[in-house]
Amino acid sequence: MTYAIDKNGYYGYYGGAYIPEILRANIVALKQQFLALRDDQAFNAAFFGLLKDYVGRPSPLYYASRLSERYGAKIYLKREDLNHTGSHKINNTIGQVLLAQRMGKRHILAETGAGQHGVATATVAALMDMQCTVFMGETDMARQQPNVEKMRLLGATVVPVTSGSKTLKDAANEAIRYWIHHPVDAHYVIGSVIGPDPYPAMVAHFQSVISGEIRRQLMEQEGTPFPHAVIACVGGGSNAAGAFHHFLNDKEVQLIGVEAAGKGVDSGYTAATIATGSTGVIHGSKTLLMQDSDGQIREPYSISAGLDYPGIGPLHAYLHETGRATFMQVTDEEALQAVFLLMHLEGIIPAIESAHALAALEKLSFTHAGPVVLCLSGRGDKDMDTYIREAPAALKTHLP
Amino acid sequence: MNRIRSLFEQKEKDILSFYCTAGYPRLEDTLPVLKALQAAGANMIEIGIPFSDPLADGPVIQESSAVALANGMNLAELFRQLKDVRKEIGIPLILMGYLNPLLQYGVSRFCRDAAACGIDGLIIPDLPLEEYRREWQHNTEAYGLDMIFLVTPFTSQERLREIDDCSTGFIYMVTAAGTTGGSIGSDPETHRYFSFIRDQQLKHPVMAGFGIRDKTGFEQVCAFAQGAIVGSGLIRVLQEYPAKGEPVIREFVQSFL
Repeated sequence: MTYAIDKNGYYGYYGGAYIPEILRANIVALKQQFLALRDDQAFNAAFFGLLKDYVGRPSPLYYASRLSERYGAKIYLKREDLNHTGSHKINNTIGQVLLAQRMGKRHILAETGAGQHGVATATVAALMDMQCTVFMGETDMARQQPNVEKMRLLGATVVPVTSGSKTLKDAANEAIRYWIHHPVDAHYVIGSVIGPDPYPAMVAHFQSVISGEIRRQLMEQEGTPFPHAVIACVGGGSNAAGAFHHFLNDKEVQLIGVEAAGKGVDSGYTAATIATGSTGVIHGSKTLLMQDSDGQIREPYSISAGLDYPGIGPLHAYLHETGRATFMQVTDEEALQAVFLLMHLEGIIPAIESAHALAALEKLSFTHAGPVVLCLSGRGDKDMDTYIREAPAALKTHLP
Repeated sequence: MNRIRSLFEQKEKDILSFYCTAGYPRLEDTLPVLKALQAAGANMIEIGIPFSDPLADGPVIQESSAVALANGMNLAELFRQLKDVRKEIGIPLILMGYLNPLLQYGVSRFCRDAAACGIDGLIIPDLPLEEYRREWQHNTEAYGLDMIFLVTPFTSQERLREIDDCSTGFIYMVTAAGTTGGSIGSDPETHRYFSFIRDQQLKHPVMAGFGIRDKTGFEQVCAFAQGAIVGSGLIRVLQEYPAKGEPVIREFVQSFL
């Protein structure tokens, strides 16, 4: 079985390009450009050069000894939180803005939930002297205020989105509408492995540097490129796609995606798409999504702005369907406990998104001696307000 | 008899078509609005199926969709309302909807129920041609529904031919890069685009849409197309319909004549 996308942009039944005709020419041109440049030496020299000198890659693969002791497994953290701008998002942003530059675009658009993708995009736009407009739901602007200020200081225009639940889904809607109005001069940098073909495959490609590094680093540290399992949180699923990519065909490596259950999978306040979704079309892609029986898209809920999305990348829908990856669900409360546990045991403040992956450790039982790699996709600076607010209760109840 | 074809045979130019959102402004207004539009002189009507995430629409139609959904509109309700529509409405009726709600209802079931109500054609802005051929065409043909596709200023000549070959009924010429409810340009580039479409000798008639808000705009596009579709302008007027009734629709339609 192949886990690669086919020439029409499908992973099995999922994917494709369900877009208004006005964007078709853009999508076709983008796909041609991506396919031409992905193996281009000069392009890759520029891309990997920036990842090394500007982002600070390779990010460390850190053996977390106290966490390992607690769970009885050899746990490594892939430290994407140490990247410039604080998360894995910048890997994809550098790739896409370089691509946009070669296509002669002058204006970069982005949607953002937690603000990590927005900050990464504003940063790279400043670096490459491009105009930048970021769409962000009003709800998310309130809960991720530090990132809003960062984007503005970096010179980006942040457009508050007031439609729907005023979160990530609605920000993507507005970014697409704006792009429909400015198809010639603007490039839309989608931040996750969602959207019409070629976005899911392109974002996965730029993020695959994560699993490429994991293989090399494990070889050095453990003498094998293969972990027993790779664990990553999944909203749209870009850090998971990047962390899984180079292991897709290595069947002995377990792939585990962790969704945001919000207040509980069956509570009506959730963003767990695999657990509660069904097949449909969202943001130009056929995939699993949360919808009612009339095909109206449900408003998702999660404490984590970055996972608060009613769909999932078509790759992940396919990995779920084929059984290649396992998907678990973690509630707000469980994620918060994991935040304080990691602070306490390892002195690392994770992003609330990444904490969902950490919380899965509580639910897994490790009988295998092989290393477990967990993608720590981002740092928690942006979540300090939440952590300060939630800390006393969580610390009292859940720490030893 | 195909109502869309007969319309274009009987009236070769200045065809005036309107878009209204089903279940807007109130749930039960769908049919009375259709009747008022026909009585006032509309030649054709596009009925919008509300969707939670209408990507190609501007704020006015987005808002009308949200209101219609809150009113309880869905496909089962729409087909119930339209069951006897052909007893009162003789002009062509088209359903416009985004793909996802139609997929959940079922492609074949949707085409069957639309045809049973006397619907003449469909517009699905996010349905790719390839998927139309694979999963829709045998259904639309079996139920005698026309399939209308959009062309834009960025549609290549080759793609335009492909769309013309795939279409039945007419071709929907989007006037400019934008969502619904904008305005049409009077710049040379817009003029070049309209002339280009007109001069292609397409197999199907062309209707212009997006940004046509008054008689001046209508006349501008009718120099290049067989007619035009007015959407957001009507939706704005319908906000006053509950208070003022049918005359607001009549006055608006007649302002184009």
